[in-house]
Amino acid sequence: MWSLANPTRFLGIADHVIPWLAVLTFLLLGIGLCLSFFVAPPDYQQGETVKIMFVHVPAAWLAMFGYTLIALASIGSLIWRHPLADVAAKTAAPIGATFAFIALVTGSLWGKPMWGTYWVWDARLTSMLVLFLLYLGLIALWQSIEEPGRAGRAAAILAIVGFINVPIIKFSVDWWNTLHQPASIFRVGGPTIDPSLLTPLFVMAAGFTLLFALLHLIAMRAEILRRRVHALRQVHVERAAAA
Amino acid sequence: MKEAWALFRRDVVLAWREGGTIGTALGFYLVVVAITPLGLGPDLNLLSRIAPGVLWVALLLASLLSADRIFHNDYEDGALDVLVTGRLPLELVAALKSLAHWVTTGIPLALLAPLLGLLLNLPTDAFPLLVVAMLTGTPALSFVAAVGASLTLGLRRSGVLLALLVLPLYVPVLIFGVATVSAASVGPASPWPPFLILCALSLASLVLAPIAAAAALRTASR
Repeated sequence: MWSLANPTRFLGIADHVIPWLAVLTFLLLGIGLCLSFFVAPPDYQQGETVKIMFVHVPAAWLAMFGYTLIALASIGSLIWRHPLADVAAKTAAPIGATFAFIALVTGSLWGKPMWGTYWVWDARLTSMLVLFLLYLGLIALWQSIEEPGRAGRAAAILAIVGFINVPIIKFSVDWWNTLHQPASIFRVGGPTIDPSLLTPLFVMAAGFTLLFALLHLIAMRAEILRRRVHALRQVHVERAAAA
Repeated sequence: MKEAWALFRRDVVLAWREGGTIGTALGFYLVVVAITPLGLGPDLNLLSRIAPGVLWVALLLASLLSADRIFHNDYEDGALDVLVTGRLPLELVAALKSLAHWVTTGIPLALLAPLLGLLLNLPTDAFPLLVVAMLTGTPALSFVAAVGASLTLGLRRSGVLLALLVLPLYVPVLIFGVATVSAASVGPASPWPPFLILCALSLASLVLAPIAAAAALRTASR
C-alpha cells in the first residue's frame, strides 16, 4: 500500500493500467448501453423514459462516491502529508462535479415528462444540488490558492467539513419535502426493480465506476507530471538567477 | 482563563468601537428584508406565509457579510501570528473569535428580526419563538463562517469564495430554523422537533468548527 503511494511507482503502474482499463471501460459501457437501449423493456408506466435511469442512477452514485473518495484522500493528506493523496483529492473534484451535474441534468430531463416539471425542490434533488455546490467550492478553493501545499491542506479541511455535513444536509432535506422515489435497490427485502431493468443498470454502474477510475488515473498522472514540470521550471529559474 | 477572557473582550470591544461593523450587518439585514416585498408585490397574506424564510435567508446573508472580519484584521496586522505561537490553544482562539462574532452580529441580528417581522406581516405571537430560534441558530452560523473565513484568509476575491464555501454548509440551519418559526406562525406542527435539532446543530458546530478553523489557521499563517 505504502510503496504504491510513491509517485514514481504510481506513474509506472498507471501507465500500464490505463490502456487495459480504457479497453475494459469502453467494452462494459458499450454492453451496458446496448442492454439499456435495445434489450431492456420499456416500463409499464414510464415507457421509454425509464432508460434515462441507466445514466442517471450510476452518475448519482459516482458523484457521492467521488466525494467520499475526496474526503478519504483528504484525511490521508492531512495526517500523512502524502503528496499522492493530495493529487487524488484535487483531481477527483472536477470528475465528481461532472457526474453530479450529469445526475442533475438527466434527472431534470426525466422529471419533465414524469413529474411535469424540470425541477422540484425535493429532498434528493436539493441535497444533490448542495453536493454539486460543495464540489464547486472545493474547485474554487483549489484555484484561488497559488501555493499547492497550502491549497491542498485548505481543500482537505473543507472536504472533511463538507463530508460531515453531507449526511446532515441529506437528513435535513429529507424531513423537508419529498417527491423522489425512495431507495429501491439496496434495501431490506431485496430490490423493487424488475431484473430485466436491474441487469443493465448494474452493468452501467460497473461501466461508470470504471470510467471514473480511468478518468481519475489519467487526471492524477497529468497532475503529477504538471507538478514535476512546475518544479523543474523553478529549479531552472533559480539556476538562471544564480548564474 | 484570564487570557481567554481578554481575547474575547478585545474582539467584542474592537467590533463595537470600530463602528460600522455591527451597523453594516444590521443595515444590510434591513435592506434585504425591505427589498423582498418590492420584488414580490405587497400581498400581505403571501408575505406573512413566507416571512420566516425571508427573515432567515436575509439573516444568513447578513451574518455571512461580516464573516471575513473574524480573522482578517488580525491576519493583516500580524496579531494572528502572535495568537498562533501564543499560549492559548488555537482551537480555543478560533472558538473565542467565533463567539465574539456571534455576540457582535448574531445577537443584534436576532434582536432586530421581530421589527422586520412586522414589515413582513409575521403574526406577532410567533415573535418570541422567532427570536429564540434565531438566538439558537446563529451560533452555528458564526462557527461555520469561522471555518470559511480561516480557509480564505489572505486570498484574492476572498469574499465571493467565502460565500460559495459557507452557504451550502448553512443549509441545515436554514431548513430547521425556518421549520421552527413556520410551525409557530402557520403550521399545525409542533415547533419542538426542528428547534431541538437546531440546538443540536449549534452545539455540534460549537465543538467541531473550531478544530477545523484552527487547522486552517495553521496552514494560513505558515
